[in-house]
Amino acid sequence: MADESGKHLEVALVAAERTVWQGQAKIVIARTTDGDLGILPGHAPLLGLLQGGTVQVRTVDDEFFVAAAPEGFISVANDRVSILAENAEMGHDIDLEQARLDLERAHAAGTSSEGEHEEHVRIAEARLRAAEQAD
Amino acid sequence: MPASLRELRERRASVSTIKKLTRAMELIAASRIVKAQQRAQAAGPYARELTRAVSAVATFSNVDHPLTTEKPNPRRAAVLLITSDRGQAGAYSSNVIREGERLNQLLREDEKEIVPFLSGRKGIAYYTFRQREVQQQWSGDSDAPSFARAKEIADALIEAFLTPTDEGGVDEIHIVFTRFVSMLTQRPDVIRLLPLEVVEGEEPPAEDEVLPLYEFEPSAEDVLDALLPKYVASRIQYCMLQAAASELASRQRAMKSATDNAQDLIESLTREFNQARQAQITQEISEIVGGAGALADATAGSE
Repeated sequence: MADESGKHLEVALVAAERTVWQGQAKIVIARTTDGDLGILPGHAPLLGLLQGGTVQVRTVDDEFFVAAAPEGFISVANDRVSILAENAEMGHDIDLEQARLDLERAHAAGTSSEGEHEEHVRIAEARLRAAEQAD
Repeated sequence: MPASLRELRERRASVSTIKKLTRAMELIAASRIVKAQQRAQAAGPYARELTRAVSAVATFSNVDHPLTTEKPNPRRAAVLLITSDRGQAGAYSSNVIREGERLNQLLREDEKEIVPFLSGRKGIAYYTFRQREVQQQWSGDSDAPSFARAKEIADALIEAFLTPTDEGGVDEIHIVFTRFVSMLTQRPDVIRLLPLEVVEGEEPPAEDEVLPLYEFEPSAEDVLDALLPKYVASRIQYCMLQAAASELASRQRAMKSATDNAQDLIESLTREFNQARQAQITQEISEIVGGAGALADATAGSE
């Protein structure tokens, strides 16, 4: 893809109530249920479910960041990448200690309703992982 | 004299206090409406992307999902009624409740049993007063609904929909809410939420826009499984945000006319007060004049 060196991805990281980040990126790395997936400009249209809850983005300015996107999904079409997650957050916005505490609390509170508890744990795990990678 | 001066003065004072209150509520509603609109705008990208994704999956796969399948012979219908938590919003709540009653009537004519779900204290009060059974109710944030609340409602509705009818489930779900048309117009409206109809968001993708041929990870069925509940939650959130903006707009308008009416009342009370005061002065003068005359007559007669 030498002739596409000028190309970039238009990335939007969208949470339910706001757009968390929007900008241009060189590469987006996301883990879907089938494994890690690197998306470069010119990628085929794709709809995938995210697993593990983190997305890594390298922007055109060679900045690198990690975002938490628990329970989200990714859609790629015409060099537009949208990452949708109800509780999307930027990794460096998350307080690492707080995220650890939240995860412990989520683990501890696991008696009420099974499905809800699992969801809380997954969200807490994703936030913690994103915070760790961002540091 | 129609009323004593003191009474008039007190009434005028109390009306001007009320005017200050309604004026404050008007201003609060006006400032919140901007926030509500911003919130609706902020939720736009998520809803748009989700709608695109769902249409893409629905277009390129022939999957039968329980949430999109019409049930034969629907017998039980759930109605989610979105009202406000507080009054002072003119006819806002009664309009949407009336629309709900009309829908209930229609459903009853189709011989369907109605299972009410309520959001907002006003609707809850209406149903409680009539001692109707309510399946589930939510209240507390009608003027600034959070996504978490919308998701909670969506989960409850989806669960009811997926439960077999004989075990207390429902066959279809309708939402009654108020659509925010403009600052001046808000219209009560009904949409059928489930089974999902043609995918159509608040901003459907343009007609000539060809959806790309997507690859699905892991598979179209799994993607649809994960997307549809999110889509339902996003639609409910859309309805709640519309309702919140409508509530604030109605409140602002109701409070504006209350303020105007209070001003009119103050003016007419002031006029009445001045008249009464003048009448009293006139009476006192004529009493003094009359008294002086009588005194003069009396002294003239005694001499």
